[in-house]
Amino acid sequence: MANKSVWSDNRFWARSAAWVTGFASVLLIWLTFDTMGQISMGTDADLKAGVTKRVPAPTVINYKITYEMDTKRGHEVPVIGEKEKFFGKDDWSVEEAAELLHLGKLGSQAKNCMDCHTLLGNGAYYAPDLSKAWLDPAWGPDGSLQAMTGKDTKEEAMAEFLQHPSQYPTHERMMPNLGITAKEAKGLVAFLKHMSSIDTNGFPRNFGRMKGAVHGK
Amino acid sequence: MASNHLTGIGSESKQLATWYFTFAAIIFGAQLLFGLIAAIQYVMPGFLFEIIDFSIARMLHINALVVWMVFAMFGAVYWLLPDETGIETIGIKIGKLLFWVFAAAIVVVVLVFLLVQVGPADETTIWFITEGREYIEAPRWADWGIVVVALGFVANLFFSGIKGERTGIITVLMADMIAFAGLYLCGMFFTDNISMDQYWWWWVIHLWVEATWEVYVGALAAYGLITMIGAKRQVVEMWLWIEVAMLFGSGILGLGHHYFWIGTPEYWWEIGALFSALEPLPLVAMFIHVLYDWGKETGLQIAEGYEGHSIDGHTINNKPAFTWFVLNAFGNFLGAGIWGFFHTLPQVNLYTHGTQFTSAHGHLAFFGAYATILIGMMYLAVQGTNGIKVMRNTKASIWGVSMITGGVVGMTISLTIAGYVQVLVSRAQMGATWAGYFDGQSGLWFSQAMDWRLILGVVTFLGFIFLVKDLLTTGKNPVHER
Repeated sequence: MANKSVWSDNRFWARSAAWVTGFASVLLIWLTFDTMGQISMGTDADLKAGVTKRVPAPTVINYKITYEMDTKRGHEVPVIGEKEKFFGKDDWSVEEAAELLHLGKLGSQAKNCMDCHTLLGNGAYYAPDLSKAWLDPAWGPDGSLQAMTGKDTKEEAMAEFLQHPSQYPTHERMMPNLGITAKEAKGLVAFLKHMSSIDTNGFPRNFGRMKGAVHGK
Repeated sequence: MASNHLTGIGSESKQLATWYFTFAAIIFGAQLLFGLIAAIQYVMPGFLFEIIDFSIARMLHINALVVWMVFAMFGAVYWLLPDETGIETIGIKIGKLLFWVFAAAIVVVVLVFLLVQVGPADETTIWFITEGREYIEAPRWADWGIVVVALGFVANLFFSGIKGERTGIITVLMADMIAFAGLYLCGMFFTDNISMDQYWWWWVIHLWVEATWEVYVGALAAYGLITMIGAKRQVVEMWLWIEVAMLFGSGILGLGHHYFWIGTPEYWWEIGALFSALEPLPLVAMFIHVLYDWGKETGLQIAEGYEGHSIDGHTINNKPAFTWFVLNAFGNFLGAGIWGFFHTLPQVNLYTHGTQFTSAHGHLAFFGAYATILIGMMYLAVQGTNGIKVMRNTKASIWGVSMITGGVVGMTISLTIAGYVQVLVSRAQMGATWAGYFDGQSGLWFSQAMDWRLILGVVTFLGFIFLVKDLLTTGKNPVHER
């Protein structure tokens, strides 16, 4: 290496690697601070005041949630509407709702939901995505899944199914019995309802709108 | 230093490496078996229903994958450390003790996963049974155990690097392994907020496999080129630094491609798309690097009039290991680079996120980027511990590598086809509901793809048997030059 060029100098590349890595890391940390602010859970006051949060407060379970096209953003977003009963009860308090969501989130991990289903699209692909499961027409008043359980409301139908999944063979590929108690099932349904209210930038696309034909309603 | 790799005998660090490799190979076998169970369940859903459900088989399939790779990665570092630093690894006794702690902890975790499976919805389940977060389900007690073991490993590496010769490869490994160990901490807390949960969960998963592990592979490839074909250290290490810059430069912010749909803000679309589109570039560079050096070293000896070259008249002193290293260059580029790029742009990912596409990419990427090079390192260890100067392929080496590669590539193609069906039927047409999901799953193309995946999974497993047979017996085979 008589006429040494900077391009073949290891120290130059080592320093470049350090600078590039440092720069990328600093940018990531900076973006992380911003994102943390945007995805922390909202409060009950936000919900009452109609302030839209990417991840609403647990008390969102007291409200009706729909998934509607936002023409400005060009995709669907969850819309929090008027109050509705949840498990036959009006106005779950801040503490009660938080406790229920906590139980549900713990349950989703304790039962390994993610190793068959996807949550927000992440997980395994052996069973349907649960991101907007709460909004699935099949669980709605005219839906086949609600009818199957013989329950009157969406939440009771879902809770019933979660407790005795292998009693309701919905498909050749069945959900196993995971020993989910009635209390845990309530928590899990709250967790699913809360997850459906998260602003996922339009994922999944056209959820529950397509009925067999492209652009058909 | 390049010639030291022949003296595996008598080095405690290299002995520890062989322990790690042996345990890794056993867990590798377990990975394939649980993968087969999960693959059978796609074809026959009743198989082991409520005994070993898909969730358990699939969890063990992937956890075993991660664990065997981490074991082989630790092993590979203990193997190359004495060669690079020129000294016995500092604190090797503690390293050996930690191996047993690590192995015992893994056995307990696996038994609990298999026999207890799930628990009640409270903190004790998270601490003692499963954390239930895909890929890092290990319960919290085991998390802390892993942290302790990883710290011991990093200490071995750092003290040896500081006391012995600190080559470029060692410097890169030191920086990389501390990040690798530290990132694990991001996956060790509980939150009720699923978006927050997944945000930090990806710090572990993505910054491991698309940043620190890739850099680690770059360092291993550099070591392999120096030891196996006698490539010039100065040039190899220069490439390595360029790769580090490119890998971290694209991979760290490439994290954004996991933040498109989990509740995080829209700006991640642009950041994720841009940086993850750059992620294949270093993989191309690594690919060119390996083939270029190989060609260059061969050309050099021809120009100098040798039949062979520097290492006792042979371009390559370990044929099976080098085969796996070259496969790594191809596989990393194809599996991680091309199959990853396929679905990384948000416009595409909106439809492909959470489908068999991801699974196709996962299979080829983990095999191509990591399994290949770690198997190559196992062959280097067989060569070293048996005092072989030039190691040749045996029939089993060739059957092993052909069947495993053919099997994994075949599974990848099958899963890609299954992914297409899912994207078209379940996502684009049916809008991702429960009914839409099952419409996609019952498509003819989907179910045939799953049949093929199972058949090719069996081929992969048979290839694995050849591989194990070869690793266990080739050391004593008289075909090699000693």
